Amino acid sequence: MSQFTPEQSAAIRAEFPELSETVSGHPLVYLDTAATSLRPRIAVDIESEFALRHTAAVNRGAHSLAAEATEAYDDARASIAAFVGARPNQLVFTSNATESINLVALAMRLASSVGSPPRFALAAGDEIVVSEAEHHANLIPWQEVAQQTGAVIRVAPITDGGELTAEAVKSVVSDRTRIVAVSAVSNVLGITNPVRAIADLGRAAGALVVVDACQSAAHGRIDVESYGADFVVFSAHKMYGPTGIGALWGTTEILDEMPVVLTGGSMITRVDYDSSDYLPAPAKFEPGTPRLTQAIGWAESLRFVESVGVDAISAHEESLGAELFAGVADIPNVRILGNSNGVHRVGLVSFAVEGVHPHDVGQYLDSRGIAARVGHHCAQPLHKRLGVDSSTRFSLGMYSTADDVALAVAALADVREFFGED
Amino acid sequence: MEFDDLYQQIILDHNKKRVGYGLQPGGFPSHQYNPTCGDELTLTVRLSEDGSTITAVEWEGKGCSISQASASLMTSEVTGMSVVEFESFANGFRDAMRSRGTISLSEDEYGDLAALSGVSKFVARVKCAMLAWVAAEDSLILTRESLN
Ligand SMILES: Cc1ncc(COP(=O)(O)O)c(C=O)c1O
Repeated sequence: MSQFTPEQSAAIRAEFPELSETVSGHPLVYLDTAATSLRPRIAVDIESEFALRHTAAVNRGAHSLAAEATEAYDDARASIAAFVGARPNQLVFTSNATESINLVALAMRLASSVGSPPRFALAAGDEIVVSEAEHHANLIPWQEVAQQTGAVIRVAPITDGGELTAEAVKSVVSDRTRIVAVSAVSNVLGITNPVRAIADLGRAAGALVVVDACQSAAHGRIDVESYGADFVVFSAHKMYGPTGIGALWGTTEILDEMPVVLTGGSMITRVDYDSSDYLPAPAKFEPGTPRLTQAIGWAESLRFVESVGVDAISAHEESLGAELFAGVADIPNVRILGNSNGVHRVGLVSFAVEGVHPHDVGQYLDSRGIAARVGHHCAQPLHKRLGVDSSTRFSLGMYSTADDVALAVAALADVREFFGED
Repeated sequence: MEFDDLYQQIILDHNKKRVGYGLQPGGFPSHQYNPTCGDELTLTVRLSEDGSTITAVEWEGKGCSISQASASLMTSEVTGMSVVEFESFANGFRDAMRSRGTISLSEDEYGDLAALSGVSKFVARVKCAMLAWVAAEDSLILTRESLN
């Protein structure tokens, strides 16, 4: 496990124009990659060049520009799919991970109202398993399914240190379990969950398994097949890509079975006045004019990630993340959320500063040029579970450096004194 | 520097002092919630028998230093004020908070509350400063409805 050399870091950082901004008179220390990563210039340049020279309708029309746009769109899908270890026709483009989860949940609500197809149709008394650590995006869509169908949400407990074990999930899985929805890494705790073991449990119980891979995709390589799940979701904007695009990955078999949710042009074969036939996935889930420029931008961002080296980035972030964790842990009266020992973590750490509200912490850090995330990070129930209302989070990206970590830890160490806590 | 405008010593002090903290039973409390940060505040305005004057402000809640200091400073400044006066006082405060740094609260009129002027440059924090005021206005409406 090693970090980038200063020369390597400098070369990487030169690709990210936002890093040369100043905040409150200090050079920006960007520690909010887990929310949204910064964008490399090369990918944005190619994306905007594409928009200027190749914008045209995808999958419609025979003129050369339209054909080129269609080809570029398909190529983008193929290269994004390759990056995550998927086949192109298993990758459905959506607006973001939130929409991806909602697509599955909506398909279930539609199926439940007519009682078919069987794997998507839930009935009263069926059970949906989530963990205590889920992002609202992987909780609220399931609450809606439960409310409509009379299904029950069962919550797998985490330990006080933030660890989710397969045993904990097992304790809430039953023969009524129809959905198991867990994150690969919580955006608050940063601990890698034993997703494979959890997915195996879920599938053995006959449930559909949905993995929220937003944070593992943000901080390293993901291999969608390796989870053993039915569905995996992630967002481009946490992978150095643009906002406005994300993906729903599904096994070929499950995408085939999944009912359509949104309908219209581009997803059909035959259309009559009273009925239509649909294309296979992914087209059947992508009605209307697609996100062409965003797909190009995402593919280019991942090309840049590959050029730096995914494994090198993971190693860098993991090593730096350990420094960050140790630095924060050393500050008195600062409590790390998810401080379990002996777990694998990605480069992020959330914490509560005793006596100082996270908004005040964040504002103080900002005055020293440090961009941190404050609030409940879209995980209110998790914060409640850990006995706090909200927290502050530092998260790393490929461009983060040991200097960033040192500055952040030093600023954090001054927070309590500034607010008059002794 | 703008950050120092935001966290003037008066604000840091009132974040600790919390004048008016502690709700008594009765009256017409208003509960306000800021969904972006989860901060909450419950506040009761007490009026004289004829309903014309604010005799006390009581509140409880949790939140950032700006929201706590704003509640504390407001309590100090508006206790004893006539209801009519309070209404324009609150409107003036709101206008300043929403002014994006273009309107400063005068110390003559607003006393120590003028220390909150710097908040208006931080759009994300305006809601924090307004939480107690929205609660006060709401409690006042509830109280006066009961008098009619
Ligand atoms: C773990 C996790 N799940 C889901 C989401 C939602 O992602 P998006 O807002 O891109 O849909 C996020 C990001 O905020 C996340 O970190």
